[in-house]
Amino acid sequence: MSKLDSKIPEGNLEEKWSKYKASCALVNPANKRSLEIIVVGSGLAGASAAASLAELGYKVKVFCFQDSARRAHSIAAQGGINAAKNYQNDGDSTYRLFYDTIKGGDYRAREGNVYRLAEVSANIIDQCVAQGVPLAREYGGMLSNRSFGGTQVQRTFYAAGQTGQQLLLGAYSGLQRQVGLGTVEMLARHEMLEVVTIEGKARGIIARDLVTGKLERHFGHAVLLCTGGYGNVFYLSTNAMGCNVTAAWKAHKKGAFFGNPCFTQIHPTCIPVSGDHQSKLTLMSESLRNDGRIWVPKKAGDVRKANEIPEEERDYYLERRYPAFGNLVPRDVASRAAKERCDAGFGVGTSKMAVFLDFKSAIERYGHNQAVKLGVQNPTAAQLKDFGKQVVEEKYGNLFEMYEQITGENPYEVAMRIYPAVHYTMGGLWVDYNLMTTVPGLYCLGEANFSDHGANRLGASALMQGLADGYFVLPYTIGAYLSKEISVKAISTDHEAFGIAEKAVQGQIDKFFAIKGTKSVDHFHKKLGKIMWDKCGMARNEKGLNEAILEIRQLREEFWKDVRVPGTNNELNPELEKAFRVADFLELGELMCMDALNRSESCGGHFREESQTEEGEALRNDDKFSYVSAWENKGDGKYELHKEELIFDVVHPSARSYK
Amino acid sequence: MSGNMNLTLRIWRQKSAKANGQLVTYPVKGISPDMSFLEMFDVLNEELINKGEEPIAFDHDCREGICGACSMFINGQPHGPKKGVTTCQLHMRSFKDGDTIVVEPWRAAAFPVIKDLTVDRAAFDRIIAKGGFISVNTGNAQDANNIPIPKTDADLSFNAAACIGCGACVATCKNSSAMLFVSAKISQLALLPQGQVERIARAKNMVAQMDEEGFGSCTNTGACEVECPKEISLENIARMNREYFMANIKE
Repeated sequence: MSKLDSKIPEGNLEEKWSKYKASCALVNPANKRSLEIIVVGSGLAGASAAASLAELGYKVKVFCFQDSARRAHSIAAQGGINAAKNYQNDGDSTYRLFYDTIKGGDYRAREGNVYRLAEVSANIIDQCVAQGVPLAREYGGMLSNRSFGGTQVQRTFYAAGQTGQQLLLGAYSGLQRQVGLGTVEMLARHEMLEVVTIEGKARGIIARDLVTGKLERHFGHAVLLCTGGYGNVFYLSTNAMGCNVTAAWKAHKKGAFFGNPCFTQIHPTCIPVSGDHQSKLTLMSESLRNDGRIWVPKKAGDVRKANEIPEEERDYYLERRYPAFGNLVPRDVASRAAKERCDAGFGVGTSKMAVFLDFKSAIERYGHNQAVKLGVQNPTAAQLKDFGKQVVEEKYGNLFEMYEQITGENPYEVAMRIYPAVHYTMGGLWVDYNLMTTVPGLYCLGEANFSDHGANRLGASALMQGLADGYFVLPYTIGAYLSKEISVKAISTDHEAFGIAEKAVQGQIDKFFAIKGTKSVDHFHKKLGKIMWDKCGMARNEKGLNEAILEIRQLREEFWKDVRVPGTNNELNPELEKAFRVADFLELGELMCMDALNRSESCGGHFREESQTEEGEALRNDDKFSYVSAWENKGDGKYELHKEELIFDVVHPSARSYK
Repeated sequence: MSGNMNLTLRIWRQKSAKANGQLVTYPVKGISPDMSFLEMFDVLNEELINKGEEPIAFDHDCREGICGACSMFINGQPHGPKKGVTTCQLHMRSFKDGDTIVVEPWRAAAFPVIKDLTVDRAAFDRIIAKGGFISVNTGNAQDANNIPIPKTDADLSFNAAACIGCGACVATCKNSSAMLFVSAKISQLALLPQGQVERIARAKNMVAQMDEEGFGSCTNTGACEVECPKEISLENIARMNREYFMANIKE
């Protein structure tokens, strides 16, 4: 039945990747020069892949919709990047990173992929440091680490609360170096709107120049989609405003299967929604859970300020429920626990949909340490507080500033209020071990693919995966495909396949302008977001999902009758850009609900209310659902589900416990 | 939960790079002090669309102050009146009910207007392509802890690397100088042992490209440091001048 072949190499887990590398086909330097590769997206995965491929000698074109490659949303990642370096001598290893990631993903990821990820993680840190990425250091000059959720070692490397920025700028500098050398052609302010396939293989794209509106045809022997996640289907998320599913969705409609679309990560520590005007949500890094303690009042409906509630009347519910991991439980667990407390009436703030994240004890603890370090005898309370604040500022200063900027409250003095928000999508285009989709020659890297995080991603693992795919995996695996393409001459973009694809895009543009409806694109986007958040968000059930599917279909119909796209095609037209993206979200949303409906177990971030333990923990059903859902688009809103069985040779799926 | 601030906006409208632009007045009502400046623009744009007019084009993306896309010149200041923030982090509580707010694009010969408040900052990318990197191919790296780097150097390097490439420094400078931007990158790499090998070429090539793009000279007014949303220090310009000077002596 299944058409899916994951192409995981044979052999022991520890040897799969090294054997693969030693035996995969290569392309000689002379042939590389005549092979063209298109990279869509310039975030960590796209920039690192493009630079690495250009270094190898391929001809590369990179596309991004932003005005510069440096603005890709990887830039906003705050906390850090994991790597199994064991610099802290605390028992870390490749195996342990692999194990934590598989367990963190609630046993819904492939062992082979995840082990490879853990294996190359150490190389990433080496590469970034060599590029001049200023990661945090200790006084001895060595790299510093901290811990993130779902682990008991310190393996997270960081650059204050701006790790994504520093890593992206490193990858961007490598990319710009190749642009300067003439080996990469960079096309910023371009949006990919169609994949071109010839004889079943991906051979190029149609892109719209966002400044002139001109549709352009670009040929490539292979096409890489590095276009990030689709969290903006919820309208409100921590994603940048421009993040979208369009490239992946167009590929899906051209034959690429979509893997686990319902696996969404709801991040526990975000600044709560303040009103209807809100356009996006802001994350407070998970690193804050290293030192911050999460609590709600023990009394429901308590309206006192945080500072007025005495210690014994506070419920540190994560520490209570999960003593082994405490505040550092994985994101899905922390988010659900916050929702549970708020739903039960213990929420705080005006909306009552928030919990406290408190640095009071951290400031006290660090204050004492610092006083000893500085040799201050009998420090006063004020001194202790000052010392503590200094340490906290050094570690999290920019995050605290950001919080104050948005909320108008000083988090050194009053506890922060946080609530979960959509942050990352583990689902994405289905890829095999080579990162190739079900369309030959079409690859998918980084958050845009489904591959490594199962049903829940651990903190600091997105940066790791994006760079692993781009620097160390794809440059090898693409050779296996391109070695068979060396005799294929560059295909002229006059080929009829390009004409047909371009006409399809032009048709969609004409259709948008012809509707002349009465409602803005945002109007529909907000409505879609509400349906998704209410019925396919942190908790899902059969009834809600069925309703959501009908509501989305209806909304989609309305959109195509009543959307208003002002302006013309031949100019910078942000409303037209949004219309393309929301049109695709309106299809994706339905598929996400269908996938969530099909998977009647709970796992990771996917919580089906019908499937929980007595204590309210997610209850997996390995007998029925130990597979990857890979959806084939059959056209006209029809989908066929294919299943890739997950095989666990090394790790034995068990109830995921952080207690 | 909309609010009760009423404001008068005077916004630069320009159809395209070649068209003439002008300030157009728009009243906005019911603004909440909790809105960000860009969310206030969302409200206005929604109104314009509903009225059948064209919304205002402006660059923005992450809306959390890190991507560097947003670029509004607000009442004569890039990113508005608040220190150390980008336009997307500026909240309406920084304004008063009844205020008139003038919003213009970045203005610099090297940043041509594309439409309304959107400008072309590709010149920055071209400068980076001339030397804002360390030439190390993927796979060439040694173990990351083989070269210890003093924490103070790493921290200074990081402070310079925090630049988001928004262009506020250029927009605020009376000479449209890009020295703060260029010096931040040169400093980041000059402070690290990995950056030493290409130090001379980097300083010369990046400065040459900066001049080529039509950015002006630095006359040490220090406005860039004041307006930089990431508070990049003027010391970087001094360091860059030293780098450039040494590069010219050594060759």
